[in-house]
Amino acid sequence: MYKNFFRYLISAIFLLGFSVNSNADFKVGFVYVGPTGDHGWTFQHHEGRNAVEAAGIKTTFVESVPEGADAERVIRQLAQSGHDLIFTTSFGYMDPTNKVAKDFPNVKFEHATGYKREHSNVSTYSARFYEGRTLLGHIAGKMTKTNTIGYIASFPIPEVIRGINAMTLAAQKVNPNIKTKIVWVFTWYDPGKEAEAAQALIDQGADVIMQHTDSTAPVQTAEKAGVWSFGQASDMQRFAPKSILTSIIDDWAPYYVERAIAARDGTWNQQDTWHGLKEGMVAMGPYNSAMGADLVKEVEQLQKDLASGKVHSFTGPIYDQKGNILVAEGKVADDGMLAGMSVYVKGVEGDIPK
Amino acid sequence: MVPLIKIEKRNDVPMALYFFTPFIAIILTILGGGIIFYILGFNPIEALKFYFITPISNLYGLSELLLKATPLCLIAIGLSFCFKSNNWNIGAEGQLTFGAIVGGGVALLFYNQEGFYILPLVILAGAIGGMIFALIPAILKTYFNTNEILVSLMLVYVSKLLLDYLVVGPWSNPEGFNFPETRQFSDSSRMPLLFEGLRIHAGIFLALAAVMLSWFILYKTYLGFQIKVSGLSLKTAKYAGFKGKTMILVVFMISGACAGLAGVGEITGPIGQLHRMISPDYGFTAIIVAFLGRLNPFGIIFASLVVALTYLGAETAQIFLQIPKYTGQVFQGMILFFLLASDYLLFFKVKILNLKKNELRH
Repeated sequence: MYKNFFRYLISAIFLLGFSVNSNADFKVGFVYVGPTGDHGWTFQHHEGRNAVEAAGIKTTFVESVPEGADAERVIRQLAQSGHDLIFTTSFGYMDPTNKVAKDFPNVKFEHATGYKREHSNVSTYSARFYEGRTLLGHIAGKMTKTNTIGYIASFPIPEVIRGINAMTLAAQKVNPNIKTKIVWVFTWYDPGKEAEAAQALIDQGADVIMQHTDSTAPVQTAEKAGVWSFGQASDMQRFAPKSILTSIIDDWAPYYVERAIAARDGTWNQQDTWHGLKEGMVAMGPYNSAMGADLVKEVEQLQKDLASGKVHSFTGPIYDQKGNILVAEGKVADDGMLAGMSVYVKGVEGDIPK
Repeated sequence: MVPLIKIEKRNDVPMALYFFTPFIAIILTILGGGIIFYILGFNPIEALKFYFITPISNLYGLSELLLKATPLCLIAIGLSFCFKSNNWNIGAEGQLTFGAIVGGGVALLFYNQEGFYILPLVILAGAIGGMIFALIPAILKTYFNTNEILVSLMLVYVSKLLLDYLVVGPWSNPEGFNFPETRQFSDSSRMPLLFEGLRIHAGIFLALAAVMLSWFILYKTYLGFQIKVSGLSLKTAKYAGFKGKTMILVVFMISGACAGLAGVGEITGPIGQLHRMISPDYGFTAIIVAFLGRLNPFGIIFASLVVALTYLGAETAQIFLQIPKYTGQVFQGMILFFLLASDYLLFFKVKILNLKKNELRH
């Protein structure tokens, strides 16, 4: 009895703390997994934040928040200190975001790349990075002399496997002899490991390198070794001006501005957003002139067709490694299949780590 | 060449001052921090307020401080046994990780079951896991004369890679789309929360029990006496006929068990599953905590709170003033630096010599 009373008393004081802290002016908070200077994933989210700020909305960010026990405190602190909309920009924030959202029904939450929307104030968003991979595959297939493409992969989650498959399918279309070699590094950001992986792939004969990790180490390694490479998440051209053919750029700015304004004006509602080239959430960096004018023209056309929906990255027939049909001729993979993708297509070497 | 500065050992170091220098180190750190904030262009008073006061100005903040200090305190208590007896266990992070793996493994066995016996089993498994992992450098040291600093440090990477392998592969959540994490533990594997709405959990009692127990062992038992004598002089310990090998094994086991408990406290407390980021290097930060607390059980409580506050302060300072979050690590580094520096000046005299011609002949 007394114990319960004590608990309620504590809770009451605790809740009082919240209400005192609430603030009249509209603020948006961002939680980053890496440093703002990673020149990759977090850098691009930070650019998005800058755009929100430029639109006249106050923002706050916290960088390098580990995806462990600390994430919940940071998210809660943002909610508690008067932020009305909070973007949590890494998969590992999924459960903490939903947990905090439950306690702050008046605060809106946007979680990147996750799939849990347990409360009506949680939205999720991600980009169709695989459309960019299709363009990379087309270029890689044309540019390779050794017919070997090296791919540095982070974790065997659907998003990464989707990228590998989209790239391989597009490369096969222009070069049937293509092989994709993969090194799994099991990290999103570790310049040392990424550089080693790039070197290992180059040693195995890959003359085009691409990566699904965040640092600039792979493109710098490629530049030194004199092989082709692609920037990931942001325009990495200046880190490897000779080697980089183009970059996949995550452009979160328009989405962030739109959602921030919606939340401010009271028109925000729960969504599951998956935008691509069409909406501009996926954009391409400048094409390297070493590709030659014809190839650039081809790729630009393909980019337009992917954006308009005339071409789909996953158009049948698509076979898995054993030759079983995944997508029938004339069909395209639906979003459900893309979201759960967990097998390699034919032409990718090795097995998905289990 | 004649040295202009002469360093002499002091013979009369007052013990009171020895326990006072940590406070000097903290004050110097705060002053140093203020100067850094000033150089970065922030109002130092305001920045320090957001750093050291705002994070703990409400109940939630206090709960978070205790939550953060709990693993640091537990690990540092364990480390104090090793450090006091001249055993340099640098691998508490690995013992924490391995303890979490073993404890988490047991929790996963019971993922779809409830029962009062599950949590004690999980905690016990975590402690045993940490203990076993700490025994590796201890056995190698006692029987093969290896260097425990290197072995325990390298084992950190072994345990982290093992955890990576498990959460990516065999233990990954079958419904989790291959994301590198296990299932959520059942409620019976979770530490009970002490207050509604706060994250502080029963793990804090483990830390407090460890403090009391370590005080008792260190100051009231024969083992504690052996540990202290070995720390002061290994030769004396040998002459006294202490069984050095057994003692090394015991201190490593205590240290490992504490780190394992810290690991299991994190996964059954705020985290609730196994994934790759179970500890933001608590095992390494606890080394600072142990020394800041003068390897004294009650000193360690105080030190763990101070260091925990540097983590929280870094977040708050970034939220309110957009001060880079890495200042937290700078603060931790400064505390250790000022502590070592003041220790040095405490134990050694620095004399500046006035050079005269006849002195040159020394």
